Amino acid sequence: MAAKDVLGRRGEDIAAAALTTAGMLVIDRNWRCAQGEIDIVVVDGSETVFVEVKTRTSVAFGHPLEAITTQKLARLRRLAAAWCDAHPGSWDHIRIDAVAVIAPRIGEPTVEHLRRVF
Amino acid sequence: MSVARTSAVALLGLSGSLVQVEADLSANLPGFVLIGLPDASLGEARDRVRAAAANSGCGLPTRKITVNLSPASLPKHGSVFDLAIAVAILAADGTVSAESVERVVHLGELGLDGRLRPTTGILPAVLAAARAGAGIVMVPSGNADEAALVPGIRVIGVASLRDAAIWHGGQFEPIVVEPLFVPKAIEQQEELLELADIVGNDDAIEAMLVAAAGGHHVFLLGPPGAGKTMLASRLPGLLPDLDAEQALEVSSLRSLAGIPVGASLVTRPPLEAPHHTATAASLVCGGGGVIRPGAAARASHGVLFMDEAPEFSPAVLDALRQPLEAGVISIHRANAIAHFPAKFQLVLAANPCPCGQYGASDSECVCPPMSRRRYLGRLSGPLLDRIDIQLRIARVTAARLRLDGDTPRLATMDARARVVAARAVAAERLKETPWRLNSQVPGAWLRAPERRLGPATTASIDRALERGGLTMRGYDRVLRLGWTLADLDGATRPGADQIGRALYLRRAL
Repeated sequence: MAAKDVLGRRGEDIAAAALTTAGMLVIDRNWRCAQGEIDIVVVDGSETVFVEVKTRTSVAFGHPLEAITTQKLARLRRLAAAWCDAHPGSWDHIRIDAVAVIAPRIGEPTVEHLRRVF
Repeated sequence: MSVARTSAVALLGLSGSLVQVEADLSANLPGFVLIGLPDASLGEARDRVRAAAANSGCGLPTRKITVNLSPASLPKHGSVFDLAIAVAILAADGTVSAESVERVVHLGELGLDGRLRPTTGILPAVLAAARAGAGIVMVPSGNADEAALVPGIRVIGVASLRDAAIWHGGQFEPIVVEPLFVPKAIEQQEELLELADIVGNDDAIEAMLVAAAGGHHVFLLGPPGAGKTMLASRLPGLLPDLDAEQALEVSSLRSLAGIPVGASLVTRPPLEAPHHTATAASLVCGGGGVIRPGAAARASHGVLFMDEAPEFSPAVLDALRQPLEAGVISIHRANAIAHFPAKFQLVLAANPCPCGQYGASDSECVCPPMSRRRYLGRLSGPLLDRIDIQLRIARVTAARLRLDGDTPRLATMDARARVVAARAVAAERLKETPWRLNSQVPGAWLRAPERRLGPATTASIDRALERGGLTMRGYDRVLRLGWTLADLDGATRPGADQIGRALYLRRAL
């Protein structure tokens, strides 16, 4: 695995742990289809939440949230629909969240969670 | 607090209105939205503010930033809102005190390094802020002198965004930066054009004196080399100093036109001499989104000199009719109307024909009658109607030059003193009326019973009126000139002598 993928994987683990701590239930991770990948799917009360995780070691090249572009969000929305199609059940309320993880090589990571970004 | 507001000023023409700049931070993906009818250069403020904030060490929050300029219907242009936008965001983020930011009007363009650049139009903007009741205005250091010319408002000059943030209570270590300045205003130690330089043209000198004293517009007709330009360029020197309000207006127009204002107000009347290829937009006022003052507006409270007047396009000349009548230029655009002052004194100069020699005693005119006629016909009747003094100037002859060599001539400062005295007399007489100068007085007021002149006095113009040499309008203009001449001579009312001389000043055409 390339270094960036290792970092991304680590960030997703940190994010999933943080979401669980916040009382959400992780029901899927790294779900893939032809259109792309959803990082984390959680259930938060009555809502199904599709979470995009972005990880960086520092903000020297910008905040991780700044790297989530409108194109990326649009794709996430299409992926959310595809996930609902692939998983039978009633998914009445869906939501798209973004989680930024700043994980320096040494020291504690910081997690920022933005709800309803789209 | 995630919402903060401050104020800035949007200029439209010479009048400005306060604009509320509101910044909101919301929990969403980072972004920066600027709304409220910004034009292209104001839309670019986003990138300037972001870079300036980052480079001055007080970076913008990584949240969704919405900045609103209200009232949203008022068109806003230019880069002068940068500072207000930046401090509003910093206040919304809690970096600086929101109360402190709210009571200050912010004006200034940001450089990418976070320093504040001086901009044009600061003087009228600060003036508008003061009139709207603002107590404190923050401007770039380079504009602080200019802003301080406005009375009744406290001016804070800051060199950079960081300094502005510190002033508003931001916890930053001050970093000394070199403030940006505009090139110094060229100290126009007004090279006083001396009236005494003019030789052998006493009639014309008197005409200039009358023009200055009564505020009359002038038309000079004469062959090349007769000294028309020389005369016209000496007229501003004869006018009295500008009063406080006029000085503020003239300086504001200069600031708006991008001419450095410096640390003191302009006190001498301006002279604008546009070239005869000027367009109507350059002479009156024009421009697409941003309406800039034209030569006529910049000549306000001074002299607009149009040399070779028939060479101007007729449409350009006639564009002056409305400003001459109203003293105001109103420019209408789809989204706004801008007003500029245009209380200038017009001086037109023309040759009598295309070759210029017609009527000169020492040379022969080669123009056919028709072209001669057409040449002056380019000056429209309605325009000439508004010009009180129409004087024919002859070339100076050798004999005249020798004769005049020894006699003492009127110096500019003495002439100006006479003008000031005459204007004081006129103002005293007109103090119950809305007018201040003889040129503003309508004929009916002059012909009212209490001011009517005796038949012996007006005999010469009565005869001219009967014979058709003078129209009724011309009659009134002669009366006005007669009153100005009387003011200059220290007479209480015009006599036959003054009326005769006034008639002479209208003899050109």
